[in-house]
Amino acid sequence: MKILVCITHVPDTTSKIQFTDNNTKFDKNGVQFIIGPYDDYALARAVELKEQSGGSLTVLNVGEAETEPTIRKALAIGADEAIRVNAFPKDSLFVANQIAHYAKEGGYDLILMGRESIDFNGGMVHGMVGEILGMPSISPVMKLDIEGNIGKMAREIEGGKEYLEVSLPFIAGCQEPISEWKIPNMRGIMSARTKPLNVVEAISEETSTAVDAFQLPPAKGAVKLIDKDNVEELVKLLKNEAKVL
Amino acid sequence: MSILVYIEQAEGAIKKTSLEAVSYARALADNEGTGVTAVAMGSIENSQLAKVGAAGADKVLHVNNERLNAGIIQAHASAVAQAYKKVEAKTLILAKSSLGDAVAARLAIKLNAGLVSNVTDLPDTSSGYKVKRSIYTGKAFAETSISTEHKILAVKKNAVDLKTDGVEAEVELFEVALSEDDFSAKITSTDQATGDVLLPEADIVVSGGRGMKGPENWNLIEDLAKSLGAATGCSKPVSDIGWRPHHEHVGQTGVKVAPTLYIAIGISGAIQHLAGVNSSKYIVVINKDADAPFFKAADYGIVGDAFEVLPKLTEAVKALK
Ligand SMILES: Cc1cc2nc3c(=O)[nH]c(=O)nc-3n(C[C@H](O)[C@H](O)[C@H](O)COP(=O)(O)OP(=O)(O)OC[C@H]3O[C@@H](n4cnc5c(N)ncnc54)[C@H](O)[C@@H]3O)c2cc1C
Ligand SMILES: Nc1ncnc2c1ncn2[C@@H]1O[C@H](COP(=O)(O)O)[C@@H](O)[C@H]1O
Repeated sequence: MKILVCITHVPDTTSKIQFTDNNTKFDKNGVQFIIGPYDDYALARAVELKEQSGGSLTVLNVGEAETEPTIRKALAIGADEAIRVNAFPKDSLFVANQIAHYAKEGGYDLILMGRESIDFNGGMVHGMVGEILGMPSISPVMKLDIEGNIGKMAREIEGGKEYLEVSLPFIAGCQEPISEWKIPNMRGIMSARTKPLNVVEAISEETSTAVDAFQLPPAKGAVKLIDKDNVEELVKLLKNEAKVL
Repeated sequence: MSILVYIEQAEGAIKKTSLEAVSYARALADNEGTGVTAVAMGSIENSQLAKVGAAGADKVLHVNNERLNAGIIQAHASAVAQAYKKVEAKTLILAKSSLGDAVAARLAIKLNAGLVSNVTDLPDTSSGYKVKRSIYTGKAFAETSISTEHKILAVKKNAVDLKTDGVEAEVELFEVALSEDDFSAKITSTDQATGDVLLPEADIVVSGGRGMKGPENWNLIEDLAKSLGAATGCSKPVSDIGWRPHHEHVGQTGVKVAPTLYIAIGISGAIQHLAGVNSSKYIVVINKDADAPFFKAADYGIVGDAFEVLPKLTEAVKALK
């Protein structure tokens, strides 16, 4: 089985988000970048599926040269090779067009992504790639097994889950508890240095949206503390001041 | 010409977030001088469809096809695309949700439409077409312009107030042509908690963390939730250990909620948890540690032991009602 995992290069979940250049650019100062947490679940499951049934595992990222350490980490976790589409990920359509092109070229049986990126949280790229390639796209997937030619999945729905089956090839947007994040070991880190990381060019410049400016939410006021022996006071405040009861 | 709204349902009941999307579309249509048509799939009673009118739609296209009761992504996308063409829409509005995202993404390609998700306000059309959306899991916003003629907006909860005073909408049965390819994903079973308030839709959420010590204490959380008509949530470690089901886990890697009131009990307030709750209107924190970081994000707080405070709080809420 040939598996492709698409990964994002995003600020660590503890990062303080700030902008520069008159609120038009993300401030990378002091920010550590990681594999998107959902993409990391997808990658972990892909490594397990490859261990079970053999085949190959490729990771793909659409990003500029700065994303290479993140891609190397994915190689250290267990991918065999990587593709970097050398372009700034301008919007979801732009990214989806690149992924669809290189996914088709590689003829993958299974394409795993994260349910959403944690920078723009669109949850869109997998559906777009699915539609471009005429492939089923399932998300958010919390359980995935491959039996022969069939993918058996649990998809999270509001308040529960739905079990479904679909034939290969298909695309899944993954989330926990599909697997557990894998930490690269020493051998993985060493071998990642020599695994192929192919840099390719963008095949289309098409976009449909653009960010004009960023904004931070207004600062929160101070908390009003209520004595633990006077909880009635809290209920009163919620009713009369906040007017939420 | 009309704005089209994609409606989601669960077991015949139209989701509240979809009704909010209808109210959003109404406000947009009033600005543009167009109408609002909603498209709903599967077996739904007319009394439910009437709510769509109350929320602001002029018309409902009802695709009364049992095969569409379940949220089969490709089939729903095909059906919505047909409705979109029928009403000659230029804009599709839907509520942000796991199914909504998946359907909208496929439609963006089918309809050549620019798609913006997590929209928090009505668009500004004074020059171009700009929408505000939430990014970095609620830590920031992006003013985003759409350059395509066709547009899809996936609207976040609480972007507009739900309207309930609209007129009765005309309901038209709408037949769609679906292929077997649209049903290539076969749903074999579902496993859904019924009767409870759904977490992503809830106006009040009562959430417990590791400070609750164990699943056997969750009756305290549930009692408070019941007295408030609230949904229950939890922190990630709580669902990781299996004290609570995964779909209750709130935060960066879990459900993002936007209730009017979020009550956090025995949760420290790690940045990844806050990322899932920072769109709440009011936050109440109950924690025995006065230095718990969650207090910095709270509107109201009680420093105290959950096992003492919760029963008293539940009583006080009941006394009010
Ligand atoms: C990539 C990544 C993603 C993550 N995503 C999420 C996410 O989506 N959601 C999430 O929740 N976490 C997430 N986390 C984990 C997060 O960092 C924290 O570890 C987690 O939120 C802590 O959960 P907690 O507050 O329940 O537990 P703890 O941090 O252990 O806090 C327990 C709290 O309970 C209080 N307490 C103890 N006893 C009592 C009592 N008797 N009465 C009152 N209070 C009491 C304590 O003072 C403490 O503040 C993520 C982490 C990473 C690295
Ligand atoms: N620049 C990118 N490079 C590779 N994969 C991406 C990129 N952006 C998004 N993806 C994939 O698409 C998923 C959904 O992203 P999004 O639609 O942005 O929320 C992510 O979890 C990734 O798996």
